[in-house]
Amino acid sequence: MQAFTVRVQQERFDSGVEIDRLSHNPACGAVVSFNGLVRDYGDRQDVAALQLEHYPGMTEKALHTIIEQARQRWQLQAATIIHRVGHLPLGEAIVLVVTASSHRKDAFAAAEFLMDFLKTEAPFWKKEILRDGSAHWVEAKASDQHAIGRWQ
Amino acid sequence: MKLNILYFARLKDSFGMGSEQLETDAASVDELLTELRQRGDNWSCELAAGKAFRVARNQELVRLDAALGDGDEIAIFPPVTGG
Repeated sequence: MQAFTVRVQQERFDSGVEIDRLSHNPACGAVVSFNGLVRDYGDRQDVAALQLEHYPGMTEKALHTIIEQARQRWQLQAATIIHRVGHLPLGEAIVLVVTASSHRKDAFAAAEFLMDFLKTEAPFWKKEILRDGSAHWVEAKASDQHAIGRWQ
Repeated sequence: MKLNILYFARLKDSFGMGSEQLETDAASVDELLTELRQRGDNWSCELAAGKAFRVARNQELVRLDAALGDGDEIAIFPPVTGG
């Protein structure tokens, strides 16, 4: 089994299966997971769906680099990042991060670190599709840039 | 020298293309951007100095003074918004 995996896919994923997959290492006392979902407001109200685009090749490299950086800071036994692309309706999962460690503090911190850097460094772009059918590209947020500052 | 240039998200929509092959003498990212801006309209507007966009060379983010080589894959895109 690959301990550190990255997947970019259109299909839905099963968080339970992914968490379970990292839960059978006797050295791991902690598994933390984060699910990011499509919600009904973003840059504007009445969001009905997102369209996610990415840069194939660079995306996977960037995610592996982020995992490597996390491994240098915390003791991690395993980690999984799954990010979906394409058309994602309201309520569906966009991203899953799972971290497994001997200790919960490392698993929590690494999961948050992975999400913070994923949001600012991995080449994904969201387009919001509103209930009236109009669509626009989401603007990058200064708050996401600030979020990575605390890790430096 | 030949470059393979990719555009993503808002820039792809604005330029009306996702990729192109460009024969150019541009020695750096900066010189390439100057050449692209000369196309006018959306090109000069989207790539104006001070506009927020990123450039990657062979799938690694680079600064504007980065040198270019024959066959490089150059990607130009807006700040990322995944997660």
